Amino acid sequence: MPFINYAHRELTCKLVYYGPGLGGKTTNLQWIYEKSAPDAKGKMVSLATETDRTLFFDLLPLSLGQIRGFKIRFQLYTVPGQIFYDASRRLIVKGADAVAFVADSQKARYDANIESLRNLEENLRQNGIDLQTIPYVLQLNKRDLPTALPREQLETALRFRGEPVFEAVAIQGIGVFETLKSLVKQTLARLRAGVPVG
Amino acid sequence: MSASDLVLHEEEHRRISDLAERLLHDANARYVSLIDRNGQPITSAGSLPDVDQTALASLAAGNVAATEGLARMIGEQSFSSLYHEGDSDHIYLSSVGRIGILMVAFDERSSLGLVRLRVRQISPDMEQVFDDMLARSRAGLADPAGTGAPFAEITDEDIDNLFGDGF
Repeated sequence: MPFINYAHRELTCKLVYYGPGLGGKTTNLQWIYEKSAPDAKGKMVSLATETDRTLFFDLLPLSLGQIRGFKIRFQLYTVPGQIFYDASRRLIVKGADAVAFVADSQKARYDANIESLRNLEENLRQNGIDLQTIPYVLQLNKRDLPTALPREQLETALRFRGEPVFEAVAIQGIGVFETLKSLVKQTLARLRAGVPVG
Repeated sequence: MSASDLVLHEEEHRRISDLAERLLHDANARYVSLIDRNGQPITSAGSLPDVDQTALASLAAGNVAATEGLARMIGEQSFSSLYHEGDSDHIYLSSVGRIGILMVAFDERSSLGLVRLRVRQISPDMEQVFDDMLARSRAGLADPAGTGAPFAEITDEDIDNLFGDGF
């Protein structure tokens, strides 16, 4: 849920990057961190294993300027993608205001994408959030790889509510900011409409 | 603004900041922070130089959430407090009602016993502020300063303008 602080004139929202393991969620955040203006970003926190696999979460706080005298802040989280960290994922999506699903376009990860999407729906549901209505973006990552499936095939399998779809090569920054902007726009539009997330 | 948003108005902010300052003093602590369970910092007292408060709050919330997960696995509803002991600096975390987490950082000038006692003494007052804050959020009351719900009037242009220089 958005946190509105009248004392500090601040709005803070939580955006979560979800998806199968090694799909590029952390890479999205790293690119945003590297390319954001120094005064727009906070410290990036990564709780990772020795092999750079996300263990608990990554966090990147972003400040996007002001609207109507309120500072607009976003906290970007990733979840650990590996199947056995499900309890951690459930904790991290609690209170999410928007979700980006980072799908791995490779043929070998087709089933992992579908399983992760089902898992997202279930973990949101357990936190009282409906995947059909929360601000949501589908990012098809790793479009540069020769093993990537056609966009149409991935959309057929993963797109379910007419959500915005962005093709990405996160490691080169392609599609990364488009995904973020769409999440931010949807979140603020929803806040404007006064629609609860849960 | 929807009824599910967490809204902190000036009055509750002043009350909770006063309580944080009092706890900082009474517990002889270095730093006191109130955080919501999603990891948003709400208010703080004292200072930890060069420490990013947002990162600290998210880690504390993650820490409490993971510990609650552990509690449920062994049949407990929750563990109400957590203590991390360092060589010279320590952190005590305690739940405040359903939505709050109180973090107290202290060193050798205080003790776990004193911190725990002061936290226990002040927690009911903090819970009351959170309850008032939630009640007001649920009631969907407008800003008492009279500015109204600030985000009902934002335009697409306002939103587009956010993606300016920083990106």
